[in-house]
Amino acid sequence: MLMKFVDDSKENVPKRSESLIVGIKGDDMHQAQVQIPTEEPPPLPENDRLKAIGKRATRWDGNLKVSGSGKYTADIRLPGMLYAQMVDATVPHAKVVSIDTTEAEKMPGVKAVHVVEHVLGNAQLRDPKQELPSKYPIVRYAGQPVAAVAAVSPQLARAAALKVKVKYAPLPFVVDRDDARKHDAPLVYPGPADQAGTAGGGGGPKNVPQVGNVHGPAEHKVGYIDEGFSDAAEVVEARYITQVQTHSALETHGVVADWKPDVLTVYASTQGTSTVRDELAYVFSLPKNKVRVITEYMGGGFGAKFGAGNFGVVATHLSKKAGAPVWLMLDRQQEHLSVGNRPDSDQSLKIGAKKDGTLSAIQLVSYGTAGCGTGAGCSGPAINMYKCPNVHTQEYDVFINGGPAASFRAPGHPQGCFALEQSIDELAEKLGMDPLDFRDKNDEFEPRRVERRIGRAKFGWDQRRKAGSDPGPVKRGMGVAQAVWYRIIHMDSAAEVRVHQDGSVELMSGVQDIGGGIKTVLAQVVAEEFGLTPKDISIRIGDTQYPSGPPSGGSCTTASITPAARNAAYQAKLAFLRSVAPALNVSSDDLVLQDGHVRSKSDSSKSWTFKRAAAKMRTSEIAARADRVPDYKNVGRRLNYGGVHFIEISVDTEMGHIHVERALAVQDCGRPMNPLHLESQINGGVLQGISYALYENRILDKQKGLMVNPNFDFYKVIGAQETPKIEIHVIENYLGLSSTDAGGIGEPSTMATAAAIANAFYNATGVRMRRTPMTPAAVLETLGKVRSVTA
Amino acid sequence: MPDLKLTVNGIEATVLADPSTSLLSVLRKHFHLTGAKYACGEGQCGACTVMVGGEAVRSCVFPIHNVGQKYVETIEGLANSAHLHPIQQAFLDASAFQCGFCTPGMIMASVALLDRNPAPSVEEIRAGLAGNVCRCGTYSRIVKAVQSAAKAGRNA
Repeated sequence: MLMKFVDDSKENVPKRSESLIVGIKGDDMHQAQVQIPTEEPPPLPENDRLKAIGKRATRWDGNLKVSGSGKYTADIRLPGMLYAQMVDATVPHAKVVSIDTTEAEKMPGVKAVHVVEHVLGNAQLRDPKQELPSKYPIVRYAGQPVAAVAAVSPQLARAAALKVKVKYAPLPFVVDRDDARKHDAPLVYPGPADQAGTAGGGGGPKNVPQVGNVHGPAEHKVGYIDEGFSDAAEVVEARYITQVQTHSALETHGVVADWKPDVLTVYASTQGTSTVRDELAYVFSLPKNKVRVITEYMGGGFGAKFGAGNFGVVATHLSKKAGAPVWLMLDRQQEHLSVGNRPDSDQSLKIGAKKDGTLSAIQLVSYGTAGCGTGAGCSGPAINMYKCPNVHTQEYDVFINGGPAASFRAPGHPQGCFALEQSIDELAEKLGMDPLDFRDKNDEFEPRRVERRIGRAKFGWDQRRKAGSDPGPVKRGMGVAQAVWYRIIHMDSAAEVRVHQDGSVELMSGVQDIGGGIKTVLAQVVAEEFGLTPKDISIRIGDTQYPSGPPSGGSCTTASITPAARNAAYQAKLAFLRSVAPALNVSSDDLVLQDGHVRSKSDSSKSWTFKRAAAKMRTSEIAARADRVPDYKNVGRRLNYGGVHFIEISVDTEMGHIHVERALAVQDCGRPMNPLHLESQINGGVLQGISYALYENRILDKQKGLMVNPNFDFYKVIGAQETPKIEIHVIENYLGLSSTDAGGIGEPSTMATAAAIANAFYNATGVRMRRTPMTPAAVLETLGKVRSVTA
Repeated sequence: MPDLKLTVNGIEATVLADPSTSLLSVLRKHFHLTGAKYACGEGQCGACTVMVGGEAVRSCVFPIHNVGQKYVETIEGLANSAHLHPIQQAFLDASAFQCGFCTPGMIMASVALLDRNPAPSVEEIRAGLAGNVCRCGTYSRIVKAVQSAAKAGRNA
């Protein structure tokens, strides 16, 4: 994804001076003078003084969700629609010798067959000549799309797919990260390969060295690492291992593609209507105005749903060939295998601190596999969390014959936090410091300082006992860990607001709601400006026919789109007031919109309902479109997001079972726009973090190269029974950066959980748990109760 | 393929389908009822939950020949034209969903749960919904919604 970090300091637009609120409510909140573009609406006061923004408005589209009538991609039915089935590689590494589709094509009811010519998602050889030319893409993992058929029913499509005969010339394969690093390991690529970006975004570090399957390092160096360690009074060094996690969104990836001569319409389960459009326009050499992508409802993505994907390209080919709309949704197995995952990691982390408790050195060497792609780096926390003069990180990607990774809720960060935050605790103990005090000493980020203070009191941190205090077999402990994420703004964020003469108001934007509730927040933003309620506003989003919306990734959605929405609403409001003022015999400057009314500021007897005033509009419709303007000039805040998680667990040291008893998440995200939905997302972040720490694990079989648990039975995700009591506290951290000053919460709310559980494990047992998932087998092995267990 | 008679949400229809076809696929394709979702296809996540003869079933692995004379009820049959079912209302009030994909199945499982046990404890609700996955992680609110629906039912 193309993320643009922009502030307006270099932009030459007329400015005016405004006083904005900046800082943390209850801590250092104050007014600051800032130059903002003249066109901008007046700055918003703090949430307490607003009517709609910052309030717990229920889901704008909740009725449709609870009644089952919201249409997700798989629910789309078009006249004459065909159903497609993919044919996937059954072997982990092979040349495809031949693909015979004749029998499938002859089956009654089969309308089109397509053979995949180019696979998206895999890394690409730097020098393609290192591989002999082949008619078909090399199979790099079991489950790689090979071909597809479209037929009049799903059953027929499945039957026809089985008739497609693919002949493989198998190649040696490797599916284990450690095996793949050996000098004599089978090669996934015969030479250096890099992650190719697409028109839809993506792409990994390029031109880094590659030896065998090991791609890297990507390096980051600050100061002098050796000096940092010689300055250190205490040093801790350890190795941490984390597993591969699949996104496992409940709605699988898929599209309904409808190729028509004038326009290609694609209903997609995506986090980026615009990225899907851009990729399809590129692949099919279509101008962007001939491609329309629609996502009315979507059932979760967590980072894996950007771009058209192989399935989207294939469905479009099939639709073009058959001259009919084509429905193509993946099944759960395909979902686990071929559309992304969180890479694993093998991290060697060494950190040191001086006698006074200040960090002097952080050194990380990480190996991780993103399958046959790259993107396994996990140095974000090591580089960005703490103040440390000497930092050196080296990240290596290890190719295996597994499905390529995809960005997954805070890419690299749960892994990185798992290592860093345990080492920080370990170092604190060596220095004889409380883990929170040690963090206070080394972490300059104001929101986290406040979050630690709040958490310490709310969680009862000072009741935490010495490690391993419980004498019995069930041991309890508390742990803490913290998060770092970044302010990401997508400038392709625009909205249009329309006011109709009947008093109805609507907002349009290409942005999609992936579950966070952006529809509701947009309705609140427009309602605030018009003095209406969120339910009064119609929200039409998820369609590239509307003004461009940002892809929902990197926790950028709310921060990117809400200022554009507010500015559009503000401009529409001004135009509306200018339009109705003459008929009301009031100057438009004298009018305000409040509580569903248009009122005169100077004469309280003059008041009309919004509807009555709208009837006086000179035209039937007033519209205003606004784009995202760059963030205002920063007044000196650190533009990250934090988050501190406190966890209490019990460990059954005889059965190996970990039970998370309670969690407290203290978070910041700029101006909280809707605490009701923020808290829901944070709940989800914590639960995905627990699920990652304790249960989820993609297991590839070394003998066959296949995934052994591509389902929800043996790939265990957290359920209602494992859900602990979760307490949430969101601070108001005003940054003074945009007309809404919103931030994001998706990523910052999930990355610290696994590390906090691991620190609680140590506090409970006195033993360090340096690997995930912390299954009963892994726990018993770590406690020395059983001998080595391999997953 | 034989004709099979099915009664879904009070509407009787004849379906021409192989008897081993999953109820989910028939509901979606023949009845155009898309509230019940496909998510795992193996009865492991509950997104396809509907009621057959008053019992919650995983419609993705429930062959239509097993329906027999029993009455099928889906999420679309719960609300009447004017009012949401109390459990739907409770989910709405508690904002007990995020992406909403698990919601129809979760609500149907909750309806079955409260039919069986009108006053469940928190532990009983959690156990009753143990087979329904919400990947967005909204379980705390779902449990609260079921509790408040149960309470409202008792007060009604």
